[in-house]
Amino acid sequence: MTQVLGEVSRSWTLDKHQQTQEAFLQSLDPRVRLLVCVLFSCVVSALHDMMALTLALGIGLGLSLFARLPIWTTVRKVVVVDSFILVLVLTLPFTMPGEVIFSFWGWEASREGLFRAAEVGLKANAILFSLMALIGIMEPSVLGHALYRLKIPIKLVHLFLFTVRYIDVFYKEYKTMRMAMKARGFVPRTDLHTLRSIGYLVGMMLVRSLERSDRIMEAMKCRGFDGRFYILDTMKSGPRDRIFAVVSAVTLLGLLAVGYL
Amino acid sequence: MHIVDGALSNPVLIGGGLLAASGVAYSLKKLEPEDLPRVGVLSAVFFVASLIHVPLGFSSVHLILNGLLGIILGWAAFPALAVALLLQAVFFGFGGLTVLGVNAVNIAVPALLVYFLCRWGLSAEKHLLAKRVADGLFLVFFLITIWAGFALYQLYQVEGGSWSVTVNSVSLILFSGVMAYGYFLYRRGILSVAGFWGFLGGSLSIFLTAVMVAISLALSGEEFGKAAEFVIVAHFPVMAVEGLLTAATIQLITKVKPELLHAVR
Repeated sequence: MTQVLGEVSRSWTLDKHQQTQEAFLQSLDPRVRLLVCVLFSCVVSALHDMMALTLALGIGLGLSLFARLPIWTTVRKVVVVDSFILVLVLTLPFTMPGEVIFSFWGWEASREGLFRAAEVGLKANAILFSLMALIGIMEPSVLGHALYRLKIPIKLVHLFLFTVRYIDVFYKEYKTMRMAMKARGFVPRTDLHTLRSIGYLVGMMLVRSLERSDRIMEAMKCRGFDGRFYILDTMKSGPRDRIFAVVSAVTLLGLLAVGYL
Repeated sequence: MHIVDGALSNPVLIGGGLLAASGVAYSLKKLEPEDLPRVGVLSAVFFVASLIHVPLGFSSVHLILNGLLGIILGWAAFPALAVALLLQAVFFGFGGLTVLGVNAVNIAVPALLVYFLCRWGLSAEKHLLAKRVADGLFLVFFLITIWAGFALYQLYQVEGGSWSVTVNSVSLILFSGVMAYGYFLYRRGILSVAGFWGFLGGSLSIFLTAVMVAISLALSGEEFGKAAEFVIVAHFPVMAVEGLLTAATIQLITKVKPELLHAVR
């Protein structure tokens, strides 16, 4: 459905024939996956024990393998996200007071800081992997419907669905305008001309989007829009979903037990 | 800009989550169903804009544009940003689920402040007064950044790390240069009054966001003090970029489609 948000699976309602071929995780009830992922994130961020966090990262990795994520796109994502953490992880050993284990150009690294850095890295990656495996493979619109079925306010869900719907449209428009700029010899540099040009580009996108939203509103009114939207699909959870939920609950309790006992 | 999972302490996470939830709830209540397509489409544009990279020296920065977002969407900036951050967390892996609330507050609250601050100046009937207020605001903001820069500089002086001092002073000099340049453009009449308000809003929102990120890091533990300072220092160039870009955008909008500024009630 959307290029920008990356390749995603087909809809969660697959027919019998496809179901046997699809990965198991993708055929589970989106609501269950969403809930499990949120609970997993909360549990992991509450943990402080190295052993438990390593286990959590293992679970995340296992889920990713299980979901058969495309290898290269996944690696690229993880590298990008980890480069964000790098600054924090590199400075932490030097800024946290504690027992000195080694020094580097007159900066002293502490054991506590090193552990803290490892903790942050493990937590972030464990959550990232589980997120990619459980929700990342969902189609964005399915995620929106699952959010609605989980009693998220309807207006927020519709905002979500509208945004998802038009991200791709405006990404294409952005690409077209960039192409037009390129054809006129625009090369981005660090100068005022670049900033002004890109500023105008954003401005034009806003202007066009407002005009488009007026057309959308008119089309909606033409079809009898009365301030309500209807979400038609009903999500049912089968025995497999229940088994998955129970297994995840046991795993989460196990993680907590390892971390705190 | 994004804080990753695992860094913040639990009280900060919970506090941020509650604040974000109440902000989103309040602005959803204010949002008319008729405005939904408009807000959705605009928030898609801002999502795409956040994918644009602007070259900056040897590297590049991606746009955040929360100042512009606040000016155009007003209160609706809160749910729009929450949705965008959720999408980024789920499909790009930037940020995470547990920090979603904190990130939303850190970006949306500055956007709202800029909305309250700049909305009046952008559409003021009394041009002279808008100019005066813009001058005053510029002065205050300029002094604050200089002060923040010096405070950080002295901190680093005590620690004695030569590398960080250089980075800090270079980015501070760069930023004050850009601020002065923006003021110069505005004085010469190249930048309109509305454009100057956009410049102030664009850079102020990034400054506030950097400060809020630094605060949420510092609240989470002593050990993040250095990282918190680094966040503010690293955002001086971003402030310059976003300020000038927002100025250009606002100038275009006021000429081409002024009703964009009142698109959402």
